[in-house]
Amino acid sequence: MNGSINTPAAGKTPAAAPVRKSAAAEAFFRATVILSGVIVLLLLGAIIIMLALGSAPTFEAFGIGFFASFVWNSVDEIYGAGIMIWGTLVTSLLALLLAVPLATGCAYFLTELLPATLRKPIGTVISLLAAVPSIIYGMWGFFVLAPLLSATWLWLADRFEAQPPVYEFLISASGTSIFTAGLVLAVMILPLITAMFVEILGATPVVLKESVYGLGATRWEVVREVAIPYGRRAMVGAIMLGLGRALGETMAVTFVIGNATRWSPSILSQGSTIASTIANEFAEAGFGTLKLSALLALGLTLFIISFGVLAGARALVAPRKY
Amino acid sequence: MAISTSPIAARRKLKSRFVAGLCFAAAALALAVLFSILWTLVSRGLPALSLRLFTTETLPTGENGGLANAIVGSLIQVGIGMAIATPIGVLAGTYLAEYAQKSRLGAVTRFVSDILLSAPSILVGLFVYELMVATTKTYSAIAGAVALAVIAIPIIIRTTEDMLSLVPVPLREAAAALGAPKWKVTTLIAWRAAGAGMVTGLLLALARVAGETAPLLFTSLGNLNWSTSLAEPIASLPLTIYQFASSPYEDLVELAWAGALLITVGVLAINIVAQLVVGRKR
Amino acid sequence: MGGMGINGARLQPAHAAIVAILAGTLVLAGCSTEKSDAPAANSDFTGAGATFPAPIYAKWGSAYKKVAAGALNYQAIGSGAGIAQIKARTVDFGATDDPMKPEALQADGLVQFPAVIGGLVVIVNVPGLQNGQLKLTAPVVADLFEGRITRWNDAAIAALNPGMELRPIPVTPVYRSDSSGTTAVFTKYLAKAAPNWTLGAGKTVSWPVGTGGKGNDGVAGNVKNGLGTIGYVEYNYASANRLNMAKLRNASGQFVLPSAASFTAAASQVVWAAAPGAVADMLDLGGVETWPIVSATYILMPLRPSRIEQTRQAIAFFRWSYENGDAAARELGYLPLPEAAELRAIGEMMRVAK
Repeated sequence: MNGSINTPAAGKTPAAAPVRKSAAAEAFFRATVILSGVIVLLLLGAIIIMLALGSAPTFEAFGIGFFASFVWNSVDEIYGAGIMIWGTLVTSLLALLLAVPLATGCAYFLTELLPATLRKPIGTVISLLAAVPSIIYGMWGFFVLAPLLSATWLWLADRFEAQPPVYEFLISASGTSIFTAGLVLAVMILPLITAMFVEILGATPVVLKESVYGLGATRWEVVREVAIPYGRRAMVGAIMLGLGRALGETMAVTFVIGNATRWSPSILSQGSTIASTIANEFAEAGFGTLKLSALLALGLTLFIISFGVLAGARALVAPRKY
Repeated sequence: MAISTSPIAARRKLKSRFVAGLCFAAAALALAVLFSILWTLVSRGLPALSLRLFTTETLPTGENGGLANAIVGSLIQVGIGMAIATPIGVLAGTYLAEYAQKSRLGAVTRFVSDILLSAPSILVGLFVYELMVATTKTYSAIAGAVALAVIAIPIIIRTTEDMLSLVPVPLREAAAALGAPKWKVTTLIAWRAAGAGMVTGLLLALARVAGETAPLLFTSLGNLNWSTSLAEPIASLPLTIYQFASSPYEDLVELAWAGALLITVGVLAINIVAQLVVGRKR
Repeated sequence: MGGMGINGARLQPAHAAIVAILAGTLVLAGCSTEKSDAPAANSDFTGAGATFPAPIYAKWGSAYKKVAAGALNYQAIGSGAGIAQIKARTVDFGATDDPMKPEALQADGLVQFPAVIGGLVVIVNVPGLQNGQLKLTAPVVADLFEGRITRWNDAAIAALNPGMELRPIPVTPVYRSDSSGTTAVFTKYLAKAAPNWTLGAGKTVSWPVGTGGKGNDGVAGNVKNGLGTIGYVEYNYASANRLNMAKLRNASGQFVLPSAASFTAAASQVVWAAAPGAVADMLDLGGVETWPIVSATYILMPLRPSRIEQTRQAIAFFRWSYENGDAAARELGYLPLPEAAELRAIGEMMRVAK
């Protein structure tokens, strides 16, 4: 391609001048794009170093037990990530548990059952909803969902007054809780996962589907036996992407989780996630304090978790897909 | 097809119908919930919309404030953030697509970019706090813009690389056969062919960072007043919404909903434009 | 291979446009950076901390802006955060309801002075209750916040409120999720007035039950939204939000409603000239109409500020507020500082190197 480069000495001939300029330009352009790539590497490196250095005092003080300790006590400066890891994982898994079946149903409905003329507009609406800023979901959760749930738990408790254990459980339930946060996250990732599922199911080769229809299969059988197996890997990837979003979400969760840094086994009571704790407590953690270090250690924990999810997704979806 | 009248076939048909019914219910439920969100947003945001939002800055409760400084602050931070992210993202994406197919550095960069893409945005806020706020000893608009840029870069890299890799090889080979150096093939042929897709990627990144709140919490802090100085704390729409939404004053909560409606409409509009750009190209 | 064909190709218009836009945004970004450096001397000043006085600081700030060169940007991020941020010198002043100890001030090179006085009230969201109807005592409040009273029809509450129809709604205490001077004032009051209070006093305590809200506004918002909730906020957050406040029994055994008069009854008992470090205890005082939880809120400034012009503006702002801000403070339910306290405060401000 650039065979003409090896004649730089002939710079004086009129034809060679642009060639030499061109070689310099090529080197410059190459250097620029590589530099941009290196900037990205440095960026991540800096983030990891910042988190690792910052959290070192925490691990010195509490060791590896930091991850398993269910105590977060700013008064006595005893910090453990257990409560927040629990809150992060439970809210996210709850969100997946609710969103994935719903998204599958929606995607099946959109790709197979809806008249073709409606498919595109409704599909567009769903992919647009995936772009709504997360703070909107948080506000909806706080102003609409939480009061509704709080009234529901009370109503249910009244119905179960005769069964003390059930009654006790329901009467101590709160409008803002780990469960509420899971619901809000489910609603938030639902359009995201649905949009990806629609794309994946829609990508099933028509020939494949037609041939199974030709064998007398019903619509559901075609989806179950052809479309889903065909897109399985991509669907798992989509789910992992949704999980990644839920794990790190801050604003939607802070509004509705109740921000309690104490351990409770009931998902209907208040809790906190890693992201919500950082948002709540970072500003008050002064330089050089153990608290700042503990919050950075929480950040490192979140980073490790979301990295694990990404690695899992890549392992499951070998060829890269959206 | 004799099967279609047998009892087994009838059961299979029934099952298919049942699943269809379930899916219909799922879709109806999902749409109902999403409609509830949009309805809340519109019904609470629309009555509070007025020209005042755009002409008056945020004021204490009871003084008929608007959101003008928050809107301008958002525009400044998003604008600078994108100005930083666009060249880095486009060039790094170009590197991955055009120069790094088989290099180890390329593979590592691609992996790192994917990690950044999935990194929680609040961690980016922490990072920029340590990087800029703690060192310059002041919250600033520029710190907020850098945080937004760090979020936008991996999105731009991903879309740029994907769009460039869709450019047909024969197109490049034709240009290369004419003796064009690689950088010219890349900028004149590949960038142009992938232009619409790349612009869409930029727009999607723009829409994404415009709605981000978490990375601004510890970087640009927020500001009650007019400020366009990059070295000072600055207001932004998402941060102002967050502060006002949890405020006890009804006029401020109303403003929060108006702002929420505004930002949602803005983000959706950018998305629609992005889809149109791609659509026209196709 | 000549290569001239493409080498000599001109930049296509579309391509040129993209390059121009890229270059333009970069130049613009560069310009605005330069521009911003010049008017940085416009001396807008930033404060951060306590949410308790945030409404009055915002009100004063918006009035001050009209008469002065600099404008106040006050960010209500909590007293704990205010202290942390002024220690890190990321803001021009910090604000806290929980005064720092003299040794700590000295160690961090800070001066501290009071800005305004406010009352802390107990708010409840229990259906059927009117504002100011519910009577509570410090020990009952302690039991509610420590989870020993779990229903609103508890005998202890019924005994204080004979004839009131109370339903067995579960109690959800709402406390501060951030490090808060309001929490410090509230827990100091309980530690002083309720023998059964076990959680100690401070900006953060380990709440055994309940929901955390960020800032006074977060607590007010959670109480407004949640059935059966009880919380503690500065008076203005309750009155502006039309939340139901409870009557509290003071040291003289009187059940008192929160009001400007009952706050004044507490504040007037302090001899400011004698208060060590201009820090006065106005908790659980006696008197016929004395509200039991009244506190001043404080400002922190560096002795040797790095942003001198901004610090100068901040000092001018507080002096202006002492002179001109009394009516606005009363309007929002705060008490202006008595003259003796203002003199002490101005004396402290003078120590800042200008």
